Amino acid sequence: MSVEDLNPREREGVIHPEVRARSDESERSQDGGRLQHAEAASKPIRAPKVREPQPRGAKTRGDRPINQAEAAERFLAAPLHQAAHDERLWDLRKKRDASAHGIPEWEELRELASQIKTHTLSHLDRYLEQFEAAAKANGVHVHWAKDGADHNRIVLEILRSHGAKTLVKSKSMLTEECGFRHHMAANGIEVIETDLGERIQQLDNEEPSHVVAPAVHKTRMDVAEVFAKTLGTDPDNDDAHYLAESQRETTRPYILKADAGMTGCNFAIAETGSVVTCTNEGNADLSGNVPPLQIHSIGIEKIIPKVEHLGVFIRLLSRSALGSPITQYTSHFRAPRKGTEMHMVLVDNGRSERLGMEEFWTSLKCIRCGACMNTCPVYRRSGGLSYGATYSGPIGLIIDPTFNKRKYSTLPFSSTMNGSCTNVCPVKINIHEQIFAWRKVLVEEHQIPALKQGMMKAAGAVLSRPAAYRAAIGAADSALKVLPRFAVYNPLNTWGKKREMPEAPRQTFHAWYKQNRMKDTGR
Amino acid sequence: MSARDAILTGIRRNRPTGDFPLPEVPLFTPLVGDDLVAEFGERLKRMGGRVAEPGTDDVFAGVRERLDAATVIASAVPELTGNRDLRSVRYPQEVEDVDVALVRAVFGIAETGSVLFTEGQLIVNAVAYLAQHLVVLLDPADIVPNVQAAYRRPEFGRSAYAVLHTGPSATADIEGVLIHGAQGVRSLTVLMLPRSA
Amino acid sequence: MRVGLFVPCYVDAFEPEVGIATLELLERLGCTVEYPFDQTCCGQPMTNTGCHAEAAATEALFVKNFSGFDYVVAPSGSCVHQVREHLTAIPQTDAVRHVRASTYELVEFLHDVLKVEALPWANFPHKVAYHTNCNALRGIHHARPTELVKPYYSKPLDLLRLVKGVELVDLARPDECCGFGGTFSVFEPAVSAKMGYDKVADQNRAGAEYVVSADSSCLMHQKGCAERLGLPLKYIHIAQVLNGAAA
Repeated sequence: MSVEDLNPREREGVIHPEVRARSDESERSQDGGRLQHAEAASKPIRAPKVREPQPRGAKTRGDRPINQAEAAERFLAAPLHQAAHDERLWDLRKKRDASAHGIPEWEELRELASQIKTHTLSHLDRYLEQFEAAAKANGVHVHWAKDGADHNRIVLEILRSHGAKTLVKSKSMLTEECGFRHHMAANGIEVIETDLGERIQQLDNEEPSHVVAPAVHKTRMDVAEVFAKTLGTDPDNDDAHYLAESQRETTRPYILKADAGMTGCNFAIAETGSVVTCTNEGNADLSGNVPPLQIHSIGIEKIIPKVEHLGVFIRLLSRSALGSPITQYTSHFRAPRKGTEMHMVLVDNGRSERLGMEEFWTSLKCIRCGACMNTCPVYRRSGGLSYGATYSGPIGLIIDPTFNKRKYSTLPFSSTMNGSCTNVCPVKINIHEQIFAWRKVLVEEHQIPALKQGMMKAAGAVLSRPAAYRAAIGAADSALKVLPRFAVYNPLNTWGKKREMPEAPRQTFHAWYKQNRMKDTGR
Repeated sequence: MSARDAILTGIRRNRPTGDFPLPEVPLFTPLVGDDLVAEFGERLKRMGGRVAEPGTDDVFAGVRERLDAATVIASAVPELTGNRDLRSVRYPQEVEDVDVALVRAVFGIAETGSVLFTEGQLIVNAVAYLAQHLVVLLDPADIVPNVQAAYRRPEFGRSAYAVLHTGPSATADIEGVLIHGAQGVRSLTVLMLPRSA
Repeated sequence: MRVGLFVPCYVDAFEPEVGIATLELLERLGCTVEYPFDQTCCGQPMTNTGCHAEAAATEALFVKNFSGFDYVVAPSGSCVHQVREHLTAIPQTDAVRHVRASTYELVEFLHDVLKVEALPWANFPHKVAYHTNCNALRGIHHARPTELVKPYYSKPLDLLRLVKGVELVDLARPDECCGFGGTFSVFEPAVSAKMGYDKVADQNRAGAEYVVSADSSCLMHQKGCAERLGLPLKYIHIAQVLNGAAA
């Protein structure tokens, strides 16, 4: 397709993409049609006359509870960003559906994945020991880190003992958890993220907003601005191909000169001591295969017993995440290359503690596919940064409070508990039920605002006394001028700001029943 | 107490009680038809890769244009001699100027259009990523039906490095626009060519 | 068959016609229906906010009101879900367990217990978008949610097909949450309303005249959103349609 083939509305909209030259074969399949894999069906957004600034994430102040609602409101106030975000992620959800519905054994795979994970987690000590022994036998240096600080200290020691100053790495949520980049920067180590989305976020000094698509909350105009400032690209060129190519060209020298490479870990195989990474860009393979020193950071919950179990997880992961049958690269790192060193750091950082939480330990099954985020109607309309935490969206709501109950006390309330997250989860974590359970725990531990609990106490007092209830909603069973109790108790009337109030009927059902059905009963 | 002992002790203290048996993983009925070559090609195309049939006179006819345009060709296969000897490479950085790399796949997977390499095929692992374009030789007899079958293969337990490539390097991180050659190769072409005896 | 009718608080207060339609429909279908007069609420607002202790007395009152029936029926998926899955703040006596196990949402009661096969009085010649309440869909399994790879079924649509004249329209996002979410609508109003706006816009684009649902809470929220956006959509509970409302 050329520009001329576009319909006029799209053409005048300056929107980028379909406008590639015919000769760009990398974007074509063999029959000349555009490729669909991993590509959004959602239309790229139209460039506005005045650039809409990117809404920023939640304001964090130490341990003070995150105000997700406030950050979400600012995200919604940027309609271009919000609409693009919602459409892109909904598109991924649809692709996930199409992909899953193409596999008759899909639900069986989810069940198997869940069972393999629960089995492994309930024997985690044994499998970790097996993994360690296998890795050591492969010539790998194995380290154990109690927490993020421990992880960062271990990696710094490895780097210093090799005189390493620069490190290229692929995306890892674990290293985000550990605050790894900031720690390395403070210690004079240059860290370069090699995943495009993660690199954008690094250059913009922002956390990733999504576990799979770190910069999904940004428009190409935002990226153009970030790259113009940091990579010296043309500020007026927001073509995604140009931007991606600029990133490739500026990152490659770092890859070639890096003293060390680092990857995260999607799966760690106990029987072989292998680390498996799943990427689309091949950047984990560059990080692991080019520099003379390679380090793999592994969350201890990533263990699975055997290679054959990958057959289950690999079939689920990318289909759940992006709707593609597999990631472009599925890489199995087992032993060092000749003449190089390979280190694996097994990191706990709260996981062994979480294992003991009866209602919440199964959140450790998570394989970080992001499907729950893509389907979450609240996440899609709030942006991942509104959660002010490493993990956002539904899985974040149930994991974040295990790191800091006070700071993340508000997050389990940022949900309608609609349950879609649970249904798309490839390892069958009962996410929405855990959100429900977290609310109870947080109330019991006095982590919700006194006002909110006070409202609920007052509601409970009225709703448990029929006479008081009837008195409250209208002395003579007459028409109501008020909203249901929980809304009325809210002094802010947040309902009416955004929605029309329901009309009050002439009489309640209660009054109707009394008038029409109880005439003869003498009550 | 060492971190290792502290972690393992914590796990033992908190280990969920209950019976959580490890399930048997079935092979599952392949979702693909009997023509594995066709199925493989169809799926590879969807992932952005290309399949080239060997020509009658020139087995490399399908990628001849690519080869002719290349300045530096690194071949890890006996079927073609390039102009960069991978066996004499000391550091992976040396292959960063390679235009086209040729490698033979250990096997392919029809369900996904993937091909497997280990360090044995790649000689220099990095060439599969630093090269601009990758040409893969695949024996049609080496295609397994699905991912489950692939993970019963021994290479994953034996090789220092084993990797499944499914099409070229790709990203959709900017507004969902698909771009090939995000960091690794810009194109991947599979040439169906039986192993020479 | 003695059926206890539970009319949730917001139905009682805002949509009395839904309660009346439910009562009349059940009677038409041969049930002996009683309305325990001292009923208030199922405890959901408190429970969903995590305040279980604060819900205990309300839950106890609910059980007291509804003990002794063969079935308890309510025209609300979310309230029935609360009773069935979350009425746990009080000791689980035999009476409590009986009430929880015998509480049905209207659609599933008609579909699974009464096995209704004809509604000769029902005629609703309109273009209808059906809204599936999330608790009804994923909590009490009204239909196959779009996420699951399982055989398709839909109890509410089975029933609507018995109504003459109904023309169903397809939504682009058929079972995405509308954003009501109980107290969520109050504590996170901006996202809640945006979800509602998107939902009603989808219904409007699909060409619906009426939106039918088994849950008045979602309908109340959507109606408020549609009115704010000035969309010409009308909202009606499935009980009214099945009971022969001419609209």
